[in-house]
Amino acid sequence: MKAFLTRRKSLLAAASAAIALTLSACGGGGTGTGSNPTPVEKPSFAAGTTMEKIASAGKVTIGTKFDQPLFGQKGLDGKPVGFDVEIGKLLAAKLGVPADKIEWVETVSANREQFIKQGKVDLIVATYTINDKRKTEVDFAGPYYEAGQALMVNKDNTSITKPEDVKGKNVCSVTGSTPASTIVEKYGAVLVPAATYSACLEPLRNKQVEAVTTDNVILAGFVNKEPDAFKLASDETFTKEPYGIGLKKGDTEFRNWINDQLESFSKDGSYKKAWEDTAGAVIKTAPELPAIDRY
Amino acid sequence: MDVIIESLPQYWDGFLRTLFLAAVSGIIALVAGTLLAAARVSPVAALRGFSMAYVEVVRNTPLTIAFFFAAVVLPRLGVTFQQFEIAAIIALSAYTSAFIAEAVRSGVNSVPVGQAEAARSIGMKFGQVLSLIILPQALRTVIPPMINILIALVKNSSVAGAFYVLELFGYGKQLANDHGDAVMWVLVGVAFFYLLITVPLGYLAHQVERKVAIAR
Amino acid sequence: MSSVLYDVPGPKARRVSLIGSVIGVVLIAALLAWAIMTLAQQGIFQAQRWAIFGQADVWSLIANGIGATLAAAAIAAVIAFPLGLLLCLMRISDVAWVRIPTRIVLEFLRGMPVVLMMLFVLLVFATSSFIAVVAGLVLYNAAIFAEIIRAGIQSLPRGQREAGLAIGLTSFQSRLTIELPQAVRRMLPSLVAQLVVLLKDTSLGYIVAYGELLRAVQVMADFLGPQFLFPVFFVAAAIYIAINLAVSRLAIWIERRGSKKAAGGVAKAPTAGVSTVVK
Repeated sequence: MKAFLTRRKSLLAAASAAIALTLSACGGGGTGTGSNPTPVEKPSFAAGTTMEKIASAGKVTIGTKFDQPLFGQKGLDGKPVGFDVEIGKLLAAKLGVPADKIEWVETVSANREQFIKQGKVDLIVATYTINDKRKTEVDFAGPYYEAGQALMVNKDNTSITKPEDVKGKNVCSVTGSTPASTIVEKYGAVLVPAATYSACLEPLRNKQVEAVTTDNVILAGFVNKEPDAFKLASDETFTKEPYGIGLKKGDTEFRNWINDQLESFSKDGSYKKAWEDTAGAVIKTAPELPAIDRY
Repeated sequence: MDVIIESLPQYWDGFLRTLFLAAVSGIIALVAGTLLAAARVSPVAALRGFSMAYVEVVRNTPLTIAFFFAAVVLPRLGVTFQQFEIAAIIALSAYTSAFIAEAVRSGVNSVPVGQAEAARSIGMKFGQVLSLIILPQALRTVIPPMINILIALVKNSSVAGAFYVLELFGYGKQLANDHGDAVMWVLVGVAFFYLLITVPLGYLAHQVERKVAIAR
Repeated sequence: MSSVLYDVPGPKARRVSLIGSVIGVVLIAALLAWAIMTLAQQGIFQAQRWAIFGQADVWSLIANGIGATLAAAAIAAVIAFPLGLLLCLMRISDVAWVRIPTRIVLEFLRGMPVVLMMLFVLLVFATSSFIAVVAGLVLYNAAIFAEIIRAGIQSLPRGQREAGLAIGLTSFQSRLTIELPQAVRRMLPSLVAQLVVLLKDTSLGYIVAYGELLRAVQVMADFLGPQFLFPVFFVAAAIYIAINLAVSRLAIWIERRGSKKAAGGVAKAPTAGVSTVVK
């Protein structure tokens, strides 16, 4: 009986140790639940603006990704954590909405424009690259971060250091994503399409693909979890992916307001802190806020 | 609408890949499924048991799980391949063969008892009874449900698009991303190419069914 | 039935069969053992990888996944069944301009991959992935339900319809009150078997990012770390298969129960059959 009890205890200890280990390794900055910025008391906005509507409702709906390490990833408690989520919380706080009044909606790459158009979300912070095609459908505040496409390879791989090296080789990416199109059309890789980026890890580990490609920050998240297995082929990126905050087309007041807030976050240090609390755990050099694109 | 014509080469390539996946998996599944059905009615208890267990488990396994096994678990067991089509073919034929086995078995059951008895009375062994007397007769009733299983196979091959294989569905997703303003037409195009395989097959099943019904 | 196919084995045949069986069982056991050993060598069965299942959070996420799977299946079934009845009635309507377009629509729905329909709803109507999954399942399964029930109606003795018409029912009334209830009861095993297919197809939600069981565990493995992928996957696969087996068993049970009734010749109120499927 006693032996049984001690064995149970050691099992439990092992369990909690494993959980603690994983949480500290990849819980988006260690806290697991993220920060909780103090909301502004009774902010005042001009009547009729989106800001005023959200502030008086006292709640906001924000779209983000649930499967993007470091930026927006669903934790064990069901709430997303990451840099995108922090930016969303900071903006909500400026609208007088506390973090627990934010409704997080999972948006995937395929349905972001439509979610904004149909008003299912007030804004989207979801590693959302600003480009001209998307600008015809939605408006973007920001950029608040500039990523770029990169390649991830096995640690022992020395033959791939630049995108030109993957010509004719198997490269894994997500079916129907922009990085997938780029690596095939520009660099002649053979696409091995997966459902999610994390689904690319097993084929890479088993050497069935030579590389995985997407935005460098996403790959950095994978490398961080398994530094002994994977590495970035190079620190250079071969595209520019400025991440913006998506909102309804034509809502210029809201866009300008968000742009102002982003600049203020940069000045008062909350931008830097949001980074350090999340993606900063992996990508040490904190970014400067890119020049806001006030189009 | 223009987007369909513009992307015709991609559609065509995807169509051929889907057709290839379905054809190869279909042939393997037909052979394996018939063998499984034979095992199911054989005198050897272990064969019966194996066939029963296999069919029962596979029929109740979601296809995505089957794909995950073939594409992710198998490489860990040392079965590695550079062409993920192999994983897709393994998953699709393993999955489909269970359904084929069930169809063949019910076909065997539909052959009048007297046929087998007559065959045995003239001294035929189990293998001969099955391959010369029962299966040829069973085939008639089995063909329509079998074609329906093959139609399902064609449609099921679309799951490969999410498991490392580029085929019609995968091209559809890619084209939908490239042409965000014409998503509907892109997908209508994909649907058209699937129907190009499934509707004629369905028509064939219908015709065979009618013919068999009259012949009885 | 199968015993008709071969003579009762004699002592020699029995011995050969026994030896063959033993060898077969040993071979399969060896193969399984080898597979488990190979996976174990890669550390997949290390206790710490499985210790996560001691955490309540992990189980609550798995429960969410199961809930999402069952919710999509239940809602889709509840909508698809009446829709299937309606489509069936339209498909066998006496009015050509109802019958023919319905036939085309049914052919179309049956010939399309379910996952493509889900993607279509997700992208074109820009819905949540839940609605996309349910809509894809409803469209496809309503078409299949319609075909199953139509086959049931066609298998009824012609006298049923003739009697209905003879007592002054309109064609539609006869279909609705005489033929449809009998057809549904007769086809109950096929209808429940189709429910298993519907349940299995919820796993296609994985591809359109619906948080069903498979995606729930994938997202969890992404968060916890890739070393947990295999444990959570094996658990998810086992749960999926267990649920499906349970529903399949239910189908067999209904079939047995139905055939017993038919043998006894006691007809129960036909609506009871309908409500069994909806559950």
